[in-house]
Amino acid sequence: MNLSATTPVISTKHLTKRYGDFVAANDITFDVMPGEIFGFLGANGAGKTTAMRMLCGLSKPSSGEATVAGFNVRTQTDLVKQNIGYMSQKFSLYEDLTVLENITFFGGIYGLSRRVLKAKGQELVQKLGLDKEASKLVKTLPLGWKQKLAFSVAVLHEPRVVFLDEPTGGVDPVTRRQFWDLIYEAADKGVTVFVTTHYMDEAEYCGRISIMVDGDIKALDTPKGLKARYGAASMDEVFYELARGAKRSGD
Amino acid sequence: MKQLLVFVRKEFLHVLRDKRTLLILFGMPIMQILIFGFALTNEVKNAQVLIVDQAHDEDSRRIIEEIDASSYFDVSVVSVSTKDIAKAFQSNNARIALVFPVGFGEKLQHTRNAQLQIVADASDPNTATTLRFYLTTILADYQQQMSKGATPPMQISTSVRMLYNPQLRGAPNFVPGVIALVLMLVCVMMTSIAIVREKELGTMEILLVSPFKPLLVLLAKVIPYLILSLANVASILLLSTFVLDVPVQGSVLLLFAASAGFIVTCLSLGILISTVTDTQQAAMLVSMMGLLLPTILFSGFMFPIENMPLPLQLISNAVPAKWYYLIVKDIMIKGLGIEAIAKELAILTGMTLVLILVSLKKFKVRLT
Repeated sequence: MNLSATTPVISTKHLTKRYGDFVAANDITFDVMPGEIFGFLGANGAGKTTAMRMLCGLSKPSSGEATVAGFNVRTQTDLVKQNIGYMSQKFSLYEDLTVLENITFFGGIYGLSRRVLKAKGQELVQKLGLDKEASKLVKTLPLGWKQKLAFSVAVLHEPRVVFLDEPTGGVDPVTRRQFWDLIYEAADKGVTVFVTTHYMDEAEYCGRISIMVDGDIKALDTPKGLKARYGAASMDEVFYELARGAKRSGD
Repeated sequence: MKQLLVFVRKEFLHVLRDKRTLLILFGMPIMQILIFGFALTNEVKNAQVLIVDQAHDEDSRRIIEEIDASSYFDVSVVSVSTKDIAKAFQSNNARIALVFPVGFGEKLQHTRNAQLQIVADASDPNTATTLRFYLTTILADYQQQMSKGATPPMQISTSVRMLYNPQLRGAPNFVPGVIALVLMLVCVMMTSIAIVREKELGTMEILLVSPFKPLLVLLAKVIPYLILSLANVASILLLSTFVLDVPVQGSVLLLFAASAGFIVTCLSLGILISTVTDTQQAAMLVSMMGLLLPTILFSGFMFPIENMPLPLQLISNAVPAKWYYLIVKDIMIKGLGIEAIAKELAILTGMTLVLILVSLKKFKVRLT
């Protein structure tokens, strides 16, 4: 890591995305520090996914600038992609491949060598307690395990930032808690976590939170700071206070 | 490059894990070849023929022998009365009858011009036509034999000559058709489904976020199907040569090269379909309805294009399989070389280029 801990790993300035007259994401400006767990909240259609896609290099900003892991998302998309991990709300491993085959494939497309993958694969299945299931098809695993495996695969190539798009949808609270243990562990190792979620209890786990309403970032602070500012007892109340003025709904 | 191999390996795993796909991939071509080869054929073997021999001379006897010796006919009854014909047809004891009039041989030898009557049971017109062709072919053969060295030559009243398929066998016609159909099905449907499946599962997002180039995703998707399709062509040709007795008359290498070209056309079509659909079902429907039916209708192997109304003939030009079918027929059945298929190859190449350009454009649009 050649960048010091005081240089933001994600930095956006006036980032905007327009589709014709529709402004999906408007003038977004924020910084995320290395090792931070940054929560990205907003109702459906608020522009979370649009913002995230721009940061991942999947979509070109209409105006404004952003850097991820020190690279410009507009001009250096290949370098951005090399340095990020991604896990989406849809479960995203191949069900008809085994646990190890999935690890080999996703590691492989990031250019990890066979030797490295073999070692990492073993280490990973042991850590997740999947030794016995390593050669089983992923579709035979329970959802919670799949989700944990998907996250581990997303950070297998040791990215600077990992983007999680509603990673815990449909998972029970216990597994959700275990999933967050994995997130904390990755953050401790210096991986920056950028996570969108609908669950307000999850929002409390984040270091800082931004709340998007109708394409704008309406609030950005620690969960504690936000609750204090809106005089709310829980994140639920904060979110409701901000989001009830929203005009858009649905994706 | 190494990443591409990792990807291609994964694609092969998908195909090999999916027993149904495998069955479609390799079972279907074999089934089709065998069904078309043995069941769905207008070829008739050992048909019963009724002979009404009122002549009883050397010539009629020899013609009857010729007919009996052919594998298409069994001479069931030799009668002297034309009244037996209707009876035989009604009781299904014969489907065609040949009548030698009185004095047939004498007339043939002296005036060099004699007539025969063929009566066919036309309640099944296809069979009747086929049998009539077989019979006239045998007669023509005989007349030709007799005419050798004779002056003046005997009158050959029927001149039936079937180019490339003298015995009107079904197999030479449909083997190229089945190859075209199978390639269309495997390449277009399987590729489009394979790509759309990634979208449906959400894995496409992961792939697009990875440093792996989107174009390589497409390439990695089509390589396994290219290889599997060529394997399919090989298995169909082997079946055709050893089971159906329809060998490749021309260059096998040229046939494979042309097939590879057609496969690329199909694969780009598959990619195009995958860019405009979002679910596997939709991709399958578009492939089936939009491509399979036109292929069957307009490639010319089931329904002759020349007999269609002009608008349909024009539409058929847009069906890639039509051109490939012509190529395969030229190489496989007629044994022609590259100069004979240059036009068809050029058309297919043009189609491929357009398809690739359009699908790349669509694919890019989706990314931004």
